[in-house]
Amino acid sequence: MTAPLLEVRHLRVEFPTRRGTLVAIDDVSFEIAPGEVLGVVGESGAGKSITGAAIIGLLEPPGRIAAGEIRLGGRRIDDLDPARMRRVRGREIGAIFQDPLTSLNPLYTVGRQLVETIRTHLDLTESQARERAITLLRDTGIPAAEARIDHFPHQFSGGMRQRVVIALALAAEPKLIVADEPTTALDVSIQAQIITLLKRLCREHGTAVMLVTHDMGVIAETADRVAVMYAGRIAEIGPVADVIHRPQHPYTVGLMGSIPSVGEHRERLAQIDGAMPRLNAIPPGCGFNPRCPRAFAACRERRPDLLEAGASRAACWLHDPAVAPAAATA
Amino acid sequence: MSAMAPQTAAPPQVGLAADGRADEPMLVAEDVSKVFDVSAPWLNRVLERKPRALLRAVDGVSFTITRGETLALVGESGCGKSTVARLLVGLYAPTAGRIRFEGTDVSVLGTSAGRAMRAKLQMIFQDPYASLNPRWKVADIIAEPIRVHRLIAGEGAIRERVASLLRHVGLAPADAEKYPHQFSGGQRQRLSIARALASQPQFLVCDEPTSALDVSVQAQVLNLMRDIQRENGLTYLFISHNLAVVHHVSDRVGVMYLGRIVELAPKAVLFATPRHPYTRMLLDAIPDMQMTGKARTPVAGEVPNPLNPPTGCAFHPRCPLADARCKTERPALRTLADGVQAACHAVEEGRA
Repeated sequence: MTAPLLEVRHLRVEFPTRRGTLVAIDDVSFEIAPGEVLGVVGESGAGKSITGAAIIGLLEPPGRIAAGEIRLGGRRIDDLDPARMRRVRGREIGAIFQDPLTSLNPLYTVGRQLVETIRTHLDLTESQARERAITLLRDTGIPAAEARIDHFPHQFSGGMRQRVVIALALAAEPKLIVADEPTTALDVSIQAQIITLLKRLCREHGTAVMLVTHDMGVIAETADRVAVMYAGRIAEIGPVADVIHRPQHPYTVGLMGSIPSVGEHRERLAQIDGAMPRLNAIPPGCGFNPRCPRAFAACRERRPDLLEAGASRAACWLHDPAVAPAAATA
Repeated sequence: MSAMAPQTAAPPQVGLAADGRADEPMLVAEDVSKVFDVSAPWLNRVLERKPRALLRAVDGVSFTITRGETLALVGESGCGKSTVARLLVGLYAPTAGRIRFEGTDVSVLGTSAGRAMRAKLQMIFQDPYASLNPRWKVADIIAEPIRVHRLIAGEGAIRERVASLLRHVGLAPADAEKYPHQFSGGQRQRLSIARALASQPQFLVCDEPTSALDVSVQAQVLNLMRDIQRENGLTYLFISHNLAVVHHVSDRVGVMYLGRIVELAPKAVLFATPRHPYTRMLLDAIPDMQMTGKARTPVAGEVPNPLNPPTGCAFHPRCPLADARCKTERPALRTLADGVQAACHAVEEGRA
């Protein structure tokens, strides 16, 4: 077992508001091995993007890390001052966001943005950096990279812009990329191109990826392991094939059943009634218990931690034989 | 060349008897086009010698929808599917071609003569945050079609009808006193559906009704839409970019590319044996939950600029089967032996 590249331990993110403190992330722990792709899925408000933002040190104020720690290659990065965090971000952690138009500066050519990023982090001359920028653009499949490098972001299509953003994220050869919904704004055919590209580049560069998305299909094709988030906690984490085909948490079971699939015909989709609780109204015990078809007394009182469940781990009392009623585990 | 036949629709084709409600499909679109003028202002055109710029959002689209079925239109952004939806409900007037609903041209929709048709033809929009008036109570939002069409007299009776509509879409009658911002996205989409049902429509145009929703909420809304279709005998035109959703809801599927329908087929046939190379590419691009870790070969290229579409078949720059004919001659939508319609020279010549 190699040492993990990224370790997140008991992470808690809070948003102080006038009406009290909202806990957006509550005691989340996971790790990512070097070169591994960890998918993080969940519905809006589950806390998946905030987890990503906490790791790259870009939590929107007043959000703050209230407890826990984040380690990259064994070194704590959650308590760095902004200037030192800026060195880590880009050099050691790359970031890809959903909307490529807002992650590029519209006033600078893509070449200038790439060269600036490269020279900030690597000791290269202007012309060497430009060479490297052209190589990066070519690697990401941008045709005529030598000419395109001097174009502005608005001169690129959505798919091409996302390729530029990937080139930027890879510019300083980071060991980890946090990609937040990188394909959500794109059409399906372009989405397929970008996923394939991201997979290939990360394999070639040995880069680990934390892939945050709501799209289980993207996870299925890309990730090695997947963490399913619900109401600020990890509901289930495990190898991607196990989580998809043998889900252990009732929420994951419901989530998988609610996804329409081209491969099969169903009269009705399985549905989880209700909606995810708001952050100010997370129920006591397991956050999923009001919607859970298998909830029992313990679920309403005590909050489950991640428990061994098949090849995965699930935060569900059904997997604790000492707590679950015999009838419930059957 | 038995596969070649004049352009006709796949489902039971009909005589166009003027009174024949049972005969004629509920909705017929004939060679419909919509051109938007996106030119620079006149002064700029004169000073900078810029030509007029015309965008053919929908370019000669024909299809029929029979009573009780769901026709889905699927395609990527900019293919014209939402423009078709808006043409159908009269939000845009077609530049060319005709759309008839129960034998009457939908161009009457904007006039007082179209009042009865407006009640029968309703639309559900993609964004439930933009399609509900934030300053109106739910009771007024849902009662508006009832009042406009004078379907029920008396405030008490209207209130009862609103309560029953709310129950019908899985909300509580007490929700009538709330404002839209007090609801989640999925609940708002339920409100949109309740409003659309208020005028007792027969035909619902649904433009990406679940695209803004989370998957578990999407499942709730799709199940609800199916239930109300059964109970009220509704006919749907369902617009979506999501093939898995289309597979779940539709009876027939039309695939659009750059303003034209390139393939139109019954759902089972389209997903089992896609003919048009673009349809095949779309199906290949669906992220597949079953094939964990499978490598796929995405089709290269992007949707071309609709202001300057390629000559011949618009798909030819991305098509693995394109030859000289595809670059010059635009393929017509032809009915193949099994009733599938496809617009492709390669399919027609048996090269596909």
